[in-house]
Amino acid sequence: MADARTAPGQGREQDRNRRTFITPEGVDLKLDIATIGERAGGFMFDLVMIVMTLVALTLGLFFVLMGTGAVLAQALVMVWLLGFFALRNGYFAIFELGPRAATPGKRLMRLRVVARDGSRLRGHQVVARNAMRELELFLPLSFLAYQSSQGMADWATGLFGLLWTGIFALFPFFNRDRLRVGDLIAGTWVVRLPRRELGNSVAARTAPTEQPRYAFSDAQLSVYGEFELQKLEEVLRRNDDYSMIVVARTIRERLGMAPTDAEDDHAFLEAYYTALCQRLERGMLFGKRKKDKYQR
Amino acid sequence: MSAAASSQFASARFREARTVDWLELEQRIREIERGRVRSLSDEDLLELPVLYRAALSSLSVARETSLDADLVAYLEALCARAYFVLYGVQPPLWRRLASFFGAGWPLALRSLARETLIAVLMMLLGAVAAYCLVASDPSWYHSIVPGDLAGGRGPQSSAAELRAGLYDGGGKDGMLGAFATYLFTHNAQISLMCFALGFAFGVPTLLLLLYNGCILGAFMAVFVSKGLGLPLAAWLSIHGTTELFAIAIAGAAGLRIGMAVAFPGRLSRTAATAAAGRTAAFAMIGVVLMLAVAGLLEGVGRQVIQSDAVRVGIGGCALLGWLLYFYVMPVRETVDG
Repeated sequence: MADARTAPGQGREQDRNRRTFITPEGVDLKLDIATIGERAGGFMFDLVMIVMTLVALTLGLFFVLMGTGAVLAQALVMVWLLGFFALRNGYFAIFELGPRAATPGKRLMRLRVVARDGSRLRGHQVVARNAMRELELFLPLSFLAYQSSQGMADWATGLFGLLWTGIFALFPFFNRDRLRVGDLIAGTWVVRLPRRELGNSVAARTAPTEQPRYAFSDAQLSVYGEFELQKLEEVLRRNDDYSMIVVARTIRERLGMAPTDAEDDHAFLEAYYTALCQRLERGMLFGKRKKDKYQR
Repeated sequence: MSAAASSQFASARFREARTVDWLELEQRIREIERGRVRSLSDEDLLELPVLYRAALSSLSVARETSLDADLVAYLEALCARAYFVLYGVQPPLWRRLASFFGAGWPLALRSLARETLIAVLMMLLGAVAAYCLVASDPSWYHSIVPGDLAGGRGPQSSAAELRAGLYDGGGKDGMLGAFATYLFTHNAQISLMCFALGFAFGVPTLLLLLYNGCILGAFMAVFVSKGLGLPLAAWLSIHGTTELFAIAIAGAAGLRIGMAVAFPGRLSRTAATAAAGRTAAFAMIGVVLMLAVAGLLEGVGRQVIQSDAVRVGIGGCALLGWLLYFYVMPVRETVDG
């Protein structure tokens, strides 16, 4: 359970990133668009990987060609020119063509490149989205380098160039789907593809043989709806003593139950969760849903 | 959990009955994602779609009957992963390559023919303009050609120096390899820029093509004034026909994208851009291959072959070969990239 959902503002943020994605079987998979932060993080990681590879190549060459002055110099120049070119253009494409359609950085952030129309990701799409990096990243960088190499005399040229190229670099900020220019050209987008473990059901932990310690009346169970139930599920999963004390006190006040035995909030919450969940799910089966506590 | 407890809970029963299948699907998906498809038997693979559909149906049921948010989220993640594994299957590499060379590449270039013509004309225009400028006033040369490309050659060089540049490969200081690498990356970068800048409505692409033509024209003017016009043409043509053609194609790809962004026509702007991007990407893969060929011709051919006639012959053959391949060779119309 994503912790971010506990804050109401961020909960809405997540809904804003949801996109319908209907499979040929007609089921909506509801994919989440990756945030800019996640993508930037993945990209930084990839960049570090590329530079590390280049440094490793350089060191390797130093050891192999030690003492051969001119040959070494030439080999080094070639490695940095050709290697940087091949790496920055090939690295992303090769990994995104693989079965996971993600570079190591994207994999780290649990992201994946997906064709917007839901078909399989094709080779030309990967090429198109990565060829555009030249425009988005390396052009602004070259303007930055230009600016620093020219000193203050030409700062206006550099600044103007930076602003102009910045439009492309910052493209993802200005559209809803967080598309890079490359994504737009290629018809792809980057989605979050989390890997989740199936947790135990929170309610299932109550032992069946013993007499239930808590019993709730119908009126007490009709106080809350699905939204509150799922928040309660989160609290139970997190299993944090302090928040359980607070939540248990709030629920008791609302239900009008006197805090007779304050010693076991966890058991109380679990029992209430189980009872409420059972009631709401039965309602669902009959087509009656109660979204939240405000719905009558 | 005993049967007594589960009987009170519809969703718990539902979950209990299907968890085995979900975990089985998850296990197989994980193997495939790790690239260990071979560890799965044929029966395992054949069962995969069945398990996937079962998981999808579980997801639909869970969304309607279960309030366990964790369960629904787990099924969503599992189904999405399975979807991309099952529907993302690529045909074997050799067939994709065959389809690219047999159909995708020539077809893309055929549909780019108009843009390619415009790109070639822009380069010619630049070349003619720069030629006239430098021929009338040689000091223009330095404002057109960047210092690192000129490599010390210029209007002030003597005919003998220029001739030496054409025939000893310019590798006086033993940095030949590095220089060739520099030229290749420089050209590849120019062509990638031509493509990428097309997004800004194609204007920078046109300027870049024009400028590239200018450099060529300036060189020509200097060499012609020393009576070396024909040797230079031969020196350039051995790799230049391939290389300049590749740059023109990259420019054409950029123009196609720029036009799609500016004038999407009946399609939505995103759809038009994506459609143009498909053609342009096919062309760009080809451009990189062409530049590699050009690099080979430049690095090896130009140093080994010293005769002007052979140089022109090779350059001409290359150009003819590309033209025949792109525009004349019959292709079947199906492409699966």
